[in-house]
Amino acid sequence: MTLTKKPETRPAPASWGLAARGKVPWEYAAAPEATDHITIRPEYGLFIDNEFKPSRPRATFTVINPATEESLAKVAKASRADVNRAVTAARRAYQHTWSQLPGSERAKYLYRIARIMQERSREFAVVETMNSGKPIKESRDVDVPLAAAHFFYYAGWADKLDYAFPGREPRALGVAAQVIPWNFPLLMLAWKIAPALAAGNTVILKPASTTPLTAYLFADVVRQADLPPGVVNIITGPGEIGMELVTHPEVDKVAFTGSTAVGKMIARAVAGSHKKLTLELGGKAANIVFDDAPLDQAIEGIINGIYFNQGEVCCAGSRLFAQESVYEPLLDKLKDRLSTLRVGDPLDKNTDVGAINSAGQLAKVQELVQSGIDEGAEIFQPDCVLPDKGFFFRPTLFTGVSQSHRIAQEEIFGPVLSVLTFRTPDEAIEKANNTPYGLSAGVWTEKGSRIFKMVSAMRAGVVWANTFNRFDPTSPFGGYKESGYGREGGMHGLAGYLDLSPNGTHRR
Amino acid sequence: MATRSRTKTATRSRRAPVLDQRTAQPLATTNAAGAAGERLSVRKTYKLYIGGAFPRTESGRAYEVFDARGRLLANACRGTRKDIRDAVRAARKAQPDWVARTAFNRGQILYRIAELMEGRRDQFIAEVMDAEGMARRRATRVVDAAIDRWVWYAGWADKYAQTLGTVNPVNGSYFNFSVPEATGVVGLIAPEGSSLLGLVSRLAPIIVSGNAAVVIASESRPLPAVTLSEVLATSDVPGGAVNLITGLRRELVQHLAAHMDVNGLDAYGLDPAQAAAIEELGVENVKRLVRPPSSGSDGVDWLSERSQSPYQIGEFVEIKTVWHPIGA
Repeated sequence: MTLTKKPETRPAPASWGLAARGKVPWEYAAAPEATDHITIRPEYGLFIDNEFKPSRPRATFTVINPATEESLAKVAKASRADVNRAVTAARRAYQHTWSQLPGSERAKYLYRIARIMQERSREFAVVETMNSGKPIKESRDVDVPLAAAHFFYYAGWADKLDYAFPGREPRALGVAAQVIPWNFPLLMLAWKIAPALAAGNTVILKPASTTPLTAYLFADVVRQADLPPGVVNIITGPGEIGMELVTHPEVDKVAFTGSTAVGKMIARAVAGSHKKLTLELGGKAANIVFDDAPLDQAIEGIINGIYFNQGEVCCAGSRLFAQESVYEPLLDKLKDRLSTLRVGDPLDKNTDVGAINSAGQLAKVQELVQSGIDEGAEIFQPDCVLPDKGFFFRPTLFTGVSQSHRIAQEEIFGPVLSVLTFRTPDEAIEKANNTPYGLSAGVWTEKGSRIFKMVSAMRAGVVWANTFNRFDPTSPFGGYKESGYGREGGMHGLAGYLDLSPNGTHRR
Repeated sequence: MATRSRTKTATRSRRAPVLDQRTAQPLATTNAAGAAGERLSVRKTYKLYIGGAFPRTESGRAYEVFDARGRLLANACRGTRKDIRDAVRAARKAQPDWVARTAFNRGQILYRIAELMEGRRDQFIAEVMDAEGMARRRATRVVDAAIDRWVWYAGWADKYAQTLGTVNPVNGSYFNFSVPEATGVVGLIAPEGSSLLGLVSRLAPIIVSGNAAVVIASESRPLPAVTLSEVLATSDVPGGAVNLITGLRRELVQHLAAHMDVNGLDAYGLDPAQAAAIEELGVENVKRLVRPPSSGSDGVDWLSERSQSPYQIGEFVEIKTVWHPIGA
């Protein structure tokens, strides 16, 4: 069986009474977001000491729009010498300016950044969507406002650190090296840079090589905010450059968000050093639906849980556990809802599922989906038309999935849901926790005592009860087990950027 | 007797060597047989502590333990990889019960440990004097501090969640809170120098939150730790919640660090020279790790209040954040 041959497909249901069931799918007019106000420069240099500088030796690579496969810009490809330059700039800024500033002044810089991001929010949203493939309604309503809110939240902590850690004298660590993924390019930047600066560190950020454009747009914000040179540095390049950066001896703090495999490489590379490490790695979240759950609400949560950002979310609810007694109605509603998702142009304001971020990621999703078919699970995909160009993949769900299937064990990072069943709460707990990951989980039930039982039994860092995929700057996020350690967001997110030892053992 | 400084070199030089070879010295236990006609003392066999029981090492092997003056104190169990694995299995089995206890109950049990140590105070003082070459006055301070440290952490059992947890005012109609939960099974490489107080200072914050522990005792000074395990066995600490292995570090540490069912490792007592290698071994299952201080744990002032902190409890808890919509 191949992917093109689908056992069952559904056109959009006639839930509006406007189209007869099984006949004509609902038609939509195009609603494209304007891009004429956007300026993407033909080439971006490395951002060091508040200047865009070409890499040495001069080398670039091309960044594309995954929805059109067209080139967007060239960006500098950093060398080892460039890493050195960036770290030197950050070290100098830490010693001579940033660490000398009172927290209240650092706070004001961060407030400025938050305000400028809000002012330029649409520009950020459009560039984010063009570069990442995520739907404009998500970058506009989720990524960008949350990123700005993150700076606003941590700005306020900069002069209140003593109150966050009573009995300790919180001190900045120094130079922070931060490596982020391509699924939430701007939001992950904010999660990394905001707490680092609030705590008094200077940073070198390496965005993912497919999605550097909003980071370089952010560099522009840094200049507008008049941040002292060297406090924020941004370099682009392949994974090896990230490794050079995190292992640089002048780096005191390493923060990484990305795959568990790369996270382990980084942890090994910094083992035995003085560097403080936080890791936010992969996940394989269970979304557990009990038979007393509000089904329509749960359907929306399941859909949002796995198809939000094309499923390219580390905390995506990729394993649905349905209680057997509700399995059939749930599945039926789910297939109906899946069939109404609009897949296509990310810049269209009605698009629900945009483009997969890269050809490589698309191939990985296809490979894992094929493994699901080969291992005997039953595939369902809606009958939607995909654009001719770009990296698109139909929202997919699998039934008849067993715990041992690769699609139930491995992180797919795509719009693919595996549906499994359970009978008792204990069975759900057992199955949900049966993974080396532990990032997030979802529970759907109207029974309060059961919510608390399930919530405390989940070995996961974030548990959404009767909701899913909610994020907030005040809310700590991070994993159990092989999903990493350390938290981002909230007061807990500060700890990873501070020396909290009683006698300053981290201090150099 | 010369004043004893707490400097690193002084501690190191007092430490008796660990030999692979048997010396065949007579045991110099404090209650050795006296003159003719006096009662012959009953010596203690120092064993491992696994799953609430006191087995000998599965290897059947022992190593000699000396006091600070080089006199033979006892044959201690020379634990093995298999002992480590048995201990981890016991810890995993016991942890759900231990963490399910109420905070109040765990506090009661930690306090009970202090009570029972108090009852064996003279024995601990004698053992610390032997092991660490201390005069009675200093050994008394050390043992008293160890007892008091259990009391201090007992008090934290139902409080740390209130200082490490938060309610988060999210921008939306959701109730959102973050709570600390025990990490699971935590390995502890106990400080080599401070055989009792150092061990208690690291162990108490690990178990108070509901973690189960697998401890590698001080190699050269394991006897006070074994006696502590006898206290734990009678303190209502569930069997398996704490497990203690004695033996040669080079035969034990890597197996604890690499074990895939150990969630965290407190390597505070590890020789810093080995820190990189041991940390690397822990990466495969993303172990939470506490590194040794850069100059080693021998220089630590364990009597200081700085050697106790709720932030230490925080090293081996996971923060769980829960969201729920607010609505009618």
